[in-house]
This record gives sequence, structure tokens and C-alpha cells, in this order.
Amino acid sequence: MTNQAESTNSVPVLKAEAAGGMMPLTPGQLVWRRFRKHRMALVGAVGIIAIVVFIIIGSIVVPEAAANAGDLHNRMIAPTAAHIFGTDSTGRDVLNRIIYGGQISLMIGILAVLLEVSIGTVIGGTAAFYGGWVDAVLMRFTEAMLSIPSLFLLIVLAKVLGHDIPTLKILGRTFSGSVGIVIIVIGLTSWMYLARIVRSTMLSLREMDYISASKSLGASNIRIFFTHLVPNTLGIIVVSSTLGLAGAILTEAYVSFLGLGVQAPTATWGNMMQQAQSFISQNAWWMWVFPSMFIVLVILSVNLMGDGLRDAFDPHSTRHL
Amino acid sequence: MWTYISRRLIQALFILLIITGVCFLLTHYSADPMSQYANKQGMTAADRAAIAHSLGLDQPLPVQYVKWLWLALHGNLGNSFFSRQPVLTLIKERLPLTLILMVTAEIFIIIISLILGTVSAVKQYSAIDNIITSFSFIGYSMPIFFIAFAGIQIFAVQFKAWGLPYLPTGADIWNPKNLGVLIRHLVLPVSCLVIIQVAGYSRFLRSSILEVLGLDYVRTARAKGLSERTMLLKHALRNAALPFITIIGLDIPFLLGGALVTESVFAWPGMGRLFWEYAQRGDFPVVNGVLLLTGSAVVFFTIIVDVLYTFVDPRIRLS
Repeated sequence: MTNQAESTNSVPVLKAEAAGGMMPLTPGQLVWRRFRKHRMALVGAVGIIAIVVFIIIGSIVVPEAAANAGDLHNRMIAPTAAHIFGTDSTGRDVLNRIIYGGQISLMIGILAVLLEVSIGTVIGGTAAFYGGWVDAVLMRFTEAMLSIPSLFLLIVLAKVLGHDIPTLKILGRTFSGSVGIVIIVIGLTSWMYLARIVRSTMLSLREMDYISASKSLGASNIRIFFTHLVPNTLGIIVVSSTLGLAGAILTEAYVSFLGLGVQAPTATWGNMMQQAQSFISQNAWWMWVFPSMFIVLVILSVNLMGDGLRDAFDPHSTRHL
Repeated sequence: MWTYISRRLIQALFILLIITGVCFLLTHYSADPMSQYANKQGMTAADRAAIAHSLGLDQPLPVQYVKWLWLALHGNLGNSFFSRQPVLTLIKERLPLTLILMVTAEIFIIIISLILGTVSAVKQYSAIDNIITSFSFIGYSMPIFFIAFAGIQIFAVQFKAWGLPYLPTGADIWNPKNLGVLIRHLVLPVSCLVIIQVAGYSRFLRSSILEVLGLDYVRTARAKGLSERTMLLKHALRNAALPFITIIGLDIPFLLGGALVTESVFAWPGMGRLFWEYAQRGDFPVVNGVLLLTGSAVVFFTIIVDVLYTFVDPRIRLS
């Protein structure tokens, strides 16, 4: 056999190996494979998709006016065929409000988490990158913010920002400006844990051999930061922001429940609960049971998915391989 | 050891300075007390200036802050704008009720999560473990007002409608000095706090026990012929409880702040409500006083927990 024949023969062998899964998997594929094996995480993902689809289809079928306009002749009707989740104290259909409230609650959750992740990553990353007094100052600030009960901080901040609330017009729809304020308030009061995690992960990564290798090859600090530290922290950031989403939706519910959040007539799951509180003693259980069921379902799904992602991103976990 | 403690204390002072500074700045912009306390008809500019002066609001913010800090260092948190009572008096009125609520809840929380966490770790993957884990996962994902509303609906509204002995909703006015009345009002809020907190704690304890049960020394203990019970109580639980104790220790100072949502659902007149009511009115001295009190409790408790930890776990060296 000539050399040439050998090299042409080896090609199909390599291909066969690749098809048989012998090629090393990329980190992304490994994560997906571990996530897929995590049954409860898939349940969570399906739950989130189901609720999002429900809200999207609901918004197409039901006009927004139906969620915000009351019908005083039909106040506080228990669930019937016409209003399957009943109506609230001003005659608005609870199901319609859950659909439009869900839009707002989910949007607030997602945007607040994006803000939280940006602040947390910047502060944690800056502290780890510069070290020294920058690190000391930023970490003391983080600790200080962690030492204030978060609802107290939230109330004060909401009142600072909530003075003159303009009405927002996005995509031809009007929103109470309080939506934007709630996003900012939640983002500004929840970045502390993430900043700590990002900092400590980056600090431990910095001591790794491959970073020294990269340094000895002449890589600049900035290059090391962006090509090694940031990508290797990404998994942890994804996991914390998923769990942070559950926290943000819950916080929105609490803030609106206290009356500091999104103002009527814009519905959120939180302010529906606030409205329902006054009518518990009149036995209007449908006013709070349905919105809170949706809150629990979303948060449960997000938490399940976050747990799965945590295991999937953990390079030491072999449990689900 | 002492150098560690003194370094931590110096850091703590810095942290408290940041906390009070940030809070003072934020509360200043959170409301306009003049619109609350100087809005009567026929008030002249001179009247308004006099009121601003008497509340200390006419001075620049940094001066106000330093004055407040100086008085606070001497144990004087100032007077409420609204009721003119000393802030400390107001706090002393509310603190016992918050402590009654939170300490009662915390005792149940610790006992129940210890039992549930241990049982579900020892019987891992059994039916009972699956039930406990599922319920704690659901409880962990639940806003507390869901449980609170359900409790009120069932035990206050329905029980009353059915003519059974029922619990109060909290909407009534009641005298906390009467023990029987107090206990009746405690049942629902305490149960809500317990259900929510046990969910998180028992999950945490379960995973730390499972971690310890996989270690070599547990196998050695079993190999020595110790009964499962002795092994569990004398070897496994002791070590697994360490991180659990830390978590509880770090949560305890937050109890002082009360549980704002629970207190507001059940109209419990504790610290959370105090903060909430006075923050609504732009009563800065009370707001800042409560924030300073809870903030310092958290900061110093963290140091105490860290130091105590070295006594409980000799493997840890402070540096």
C-alpha cells in the first residue's frame, strides 16, 4: 500500500469516528447534553414556553381594552362560562388581566434581570480586574447594600424615582411610566450577589495555569480579561440570571403588592393581588387564586430550569452525563 | 485573632458609613416633608421657613447628615417629623411585637427544617424524600402573600362562615397585651413565615447532609460498627449543621426589620410596618433610624458569626 492510499483511506475512518460521537464535544454541546438529561429542567423549560405561548396567543385574541376597561354591572362575578376566572371589583375580566398582566410582569422580570446582570458583572469584574483599593471600595459598597433589608431599600428607591411619572408610549400602546421605574428599582437593588459571584470566580480563574501561560506569551491584561475571564464566567452568569429572573418576578409582585409598583389601569400579577386583598373577606377567592397561580407557575418553572442549568454548566458534575 | 477582629470592626465602620450615607441621600430625595407638614391654608413663606428650620431641613444636606450622625453616635436618633416623638421610643414600641412574631417563627422554622432536611437526606430518593423535596421546591417558588391569602380565606373567612372557631384576619383592632388575643393573631402570620422559610432551609440542609454522608469518615464510622443513628447524630449531622448554622446566623439580624409583606397583610404593628408607614409620610428621622438599626445589626452579626464559626469548626483559621 502506498502512502497516498493510506491517507485517502484514513478519511472515511475519521468521518465514521465523528459520526459515532468520538469527536470531542464543544463546551456548548456538553452543556446542552447535560441539560437535556435533567428531566425537571426540561419540565421547567416547557412550563415557561407554555406560559409565554399562552400570553402571546391571549394578547392576539383579547384586545387590551378588554383587560383594562371595567363593566360595573358585572362586578365580582365568580367564575362562569363567560368569565372563566371571574371578574374583579370593577368588573374587569380576571383572565384578560392575567394575560396583559403577564406581559408586564414577564417584561419587568426580564429587563430588570438584564440590568441586574449588567451592573453586577461590571462591578464584580472591575473589582476583580483592578484589585487593590478599587476592589476594596467596590466590595465594601456591595456589602453595605447587602446589609440593608432589600424591601426597605426598594421602597425608598421607588419613592425617589416615583415623583413625576410620565406615561410611556411603546409600539402604539401606553404604559404607566411606573413600569420603567419598577425595572430600574429592581435592577438597582439586586445586583449584589451577582457582583460577588463574578468577582470571586474571576479571582480564582486568575490563578489558573492557563492564565499564567497566556501572560507569559505576552497577552495584555485586557486581552486576558475578555478572552479568558469573561467567557469562563459566562456559565455562572447565565445560571444566576435565570434564578435572578425568578427573584425579579417575585420582587415585582411584592413591590406592586405594596402599591409602589405598576399603577392601574395597567395590570401586573402583583397589583392584581393587591387589589384582591381588600376583597378576601367578601369571599372573592378567584381574584387572588388565579394570578398567584400564574406567579407560582412561572417562578417554579424558572427555578427548575435554573437548577438544571446550574448542573449543566458545572464542569465537575457528571451526574447527568 | 484580635488583629482579625479589629480589622473587621474597622471595615464595619466603613460599611456603616456607606449605609448611612446612601440611606440619608436616598431618603432625602424620596419625599418632600414640607409638602406634608407645611401645607396648611394661609401659611406664609415665613411660616414655612420656620417649620423647615425647626425640622432642620433648611441646612445643606451634608450638614444635616453630619449632625444626624453625631447625634446617632450619642444614641439619639432624633424626633419623628410627624409625631415629634423620639425615634428610639417609636422603635422600642414596635420592636417587641416584631421580635415576638419573628422569634416564634424562627424557632418553628429551625426545628421543622432540621427534621425535614434530615429525613429527606437520610431517605434520599424515597417516596417521603420526593414529597418533601417537591413541596419545598414549590414553597420556595411561592410569594408569601399567596399562602397568607389562602390562610385568611380558609381559616378566617370560611371557618367563620361555617360557624367553626376562626382566626382573625388582622383587619381588626386588637390589644397585644392580652396573651390569648396575641396568640390567636400570631397563628396565621407565623405559619406563613414558617412555610416559606422552611422550604428554603430544608433544601439547603438536605444537600449539605448528603454531601457529608458521602465522605470517607462517615464510611469509617459505619465500618466501626456504629449504628446508623449514632453515626448520623454524632458524626454526620454535626458537620452538616455548620453551614446551616451560618445561614441562620446571617439571617437573624434581618429579623429585626420584620417581614414587611407579612406584617402588611396581617396588619401586624411591627418594625416593617413602622418603616412602611413613616416612609410613606416622608418622615426621614424614623426611616433613617430603622435603616441604621437594621444595618448595624446585620454588619455586626456577620462578624460575630464569622468569629464564632472558628470555635465551632477548628479547621477554619482567620486571616
